[in-house]
Amino acid sequence: MSRLPSGFRARYGASPLHLLLVLCSFALALYAGVRLLKGDTVGVAVWFVAAALVHDLVLLPLYTVTDRALQLLLPGRDGGSGARAGGGWINYVRVPGFVSLLLLVVWYPLILRRVPGFQLTTGLAPGTFLGHWLLITAALFAGSALCLLVSTVRAARQRQPRARKR
Amino acid sequence: MDAEESRPDAPPPVPDGSTREVNAAAEPGSGPADPRGEVHGSTPTRQGEKAEESKVGRLKAVLAGGPPPGPTRPGFWRSPIRGPWLTSVFGLVLLIGIPVMFVTGLLSYAAYNPDLAAVNDQTPDKGWLGFYLFSWPTDPSWLYRLTQGVHVTLGVVLVPVLLAKLWSVIPRLFSWPPVRSVAHAVERLSLLLLVGGALFEFVTGLLNVQLHYIFPGSFYTLHFYGAWVFIGAFVVHITFRVPVMVRALRSRRLRTELRTDTAATVPEPPDATGLVSPRPAPATISRRGALGTVGLGSLVLFAVTAGQSIGGSLRRTALLAPHGQEPGSGPNGFQINKTAASVGIRATDIGPQWRLVVRGPGHESILTREQVLALPQHEAALPIACVEGWSTADQHWSGVRLRDLAAMAGFPGQAPEVFVESVERGGSFGSTVLRANQVQDPRSLLALRVNGADLSPDHGYPARIIVPANPGVHNTKWVTRLTFGAAS
Repeated sequence: MSRLPSGFRARYGASPLHLLLVLCSFALALYAGVRLLKGDTVGVAVWFVAAALVHDLVLLPLYTVTDRALQLLLPGRDGGSGARAGGGWINYVRVPGFVSLLLLVVWYPLILRRVPGFQLTTGLAPGTFLGHWLLITAALFAGSALCLLVSTVRAARQRQPRARKR
Repeated sequence: MDAEESRPDAPPPVPDGSTREVNAAAEPGSGPADPRGEVHGSTPTRQGEKAEESKVGRLKAVLAGGPPPGPTRPGFWRSPIRGPWLTSVFGLVLLIGIPVMFVTGLLSYAAYNPDLAAVNDQTPDKGWLGFYLFSWPTDPSWLYRLTQGVHVTLGVVLVPVLLAKLWSVIPRLFSWPPVRSVAHAVERLSLLLLVGGALFEFVTGLLNVQLHYIFPGSFYTLHFYGAWVFIGAFVVHITFRVPVMVRALRSRRLRTELRTDTAATVPEPPDATGLVSPRPAPATISRRGALGTVGLGSLVLFAVTAGQSIGGSLRRTALLAPHGQEPGSGPNGFQINKTAASVGIRATDIGPQWRLVVRGPGHESILTREQVLALPQHEAALPIACVEGWSTADQHWSGVRLRDLAAMAGFPGQAPEVFVESVERGGSFGSTVLRANQVQDPRSLLALRVNGADLSPDHGYPARIIVPANPGVHNTKWVTRLTFGAAS
């Protein structure tokens, strides 16, 4: 009994349970997938595959490059690189920047007014979202600036007593 | 795999000018917002090329079984906080959140009573996927508000967690060799369904609630079948990954992590998951910082979204959600799904010529609005709740009980189902069938008035359906015909 599974494992690369479960899920995916692809087959297939790759091949390189550019631009507190161990200013820009862009990614059709029928359909004003997003972004960066100020003052106070002792 | 770094064709960073420059710039921090210097990893590539590595040499390296330069090399990914523990924290949140979304999504489908009549079913090919369907109850009246509000709001709130999870496992996308065994191949195919399915569901859902119908087909078809494609892969994934997740979560104490600042942040010990960088850059953010940033993202999304599902004075807090403002003031100043103008209602459709036809087997009454108003009027305080996640607090409706109209149509005892038709032209929801339990409920009305005033045209004047816990689109507006005892 035990020989069969181990031989199977060597050839397949995992346990028989793995194969059975995966096949079960594929059968379900096929059952639903046939129905999903009915109609605009190519369109749906493209959307599905694009959805699988959009973060890994588009968003991730974009935010990685943006972050690296930020690190180049922002000096660290000690005047060195912003990416020096222990931080620097970078996170005071990263965090509000991340939240702001996240809001944009989630609500971009409304913020960027990509929905022509919005007012006709809902009876609601379509022009408010961009303003709201900009104000929220301003508040996020203001909050971050406040945090930075507090932390800078605190760091300065901690340094002073030490200086006096010397 | 780490040995890869010492291969001659891919020397580790050596003290040459360009390398130093890149190193200084690239210390990856982490946190979803910050893409810790992955690009940086391309350094060895450039150097390799500088070292006059020919195409033949590269091909040799590939044939020898080593990863080609670039993201397939473990050393390319340099975030010091990427590792199984961090991935597992995001995974745990999704492990709880995604089943809630799946179940509330299935409930929403059931709420349409698709098994009752063809007009109720947006996905008539569902086959066995509707195996679980049941009679949607009318109690509590806020049931659909709750389930659909949770479904949409949770979906919005989980976006940063999903993105962070994908960021945290990016080295696995490029694992080398791309296929190690048959098992590995089917697992990767399963991951395509998992990741593709997850993002497909999130994207179609987010676009639909913003009325941005750019997806290739009916939202109901795409979102429903997409969910079923996804969930199989999800079950496979958790079956094989939960043990790994539990082990990883036990490897570090959350409390300790939450006390560790950036300066004290060191990589997790290397393990079989291949997530820990063999060449980590200095930390620019702690794990605490990364978790906090993602959590803040979720919190802010919640804050600017949830108000549209809570209503009242909190609606105004939904600064970016589609239904974060009131369309007007006064008795009819509450949320509208589709205005009269948007579905082509003409003044003549709902003017003095409007009639209500009430039909039953061998019976038909044709009533003017005055005659309907002369029937016994009842009141009910009920919300409007939309599949898009927004809802209103209870509105005070008054009108004729559906079961009284059923009695008029020849069903004096137990009311049967009713086929409701609107004067709407075209559109998916111009007609609907309500189940017997919905007709029978004493709060189910053919409403003529709301909050003490006549219905406005946008809220369905001269008469509309209002049924407790019913999805908004099944509370048909501009009703002109009710046929009792005959599913469409």
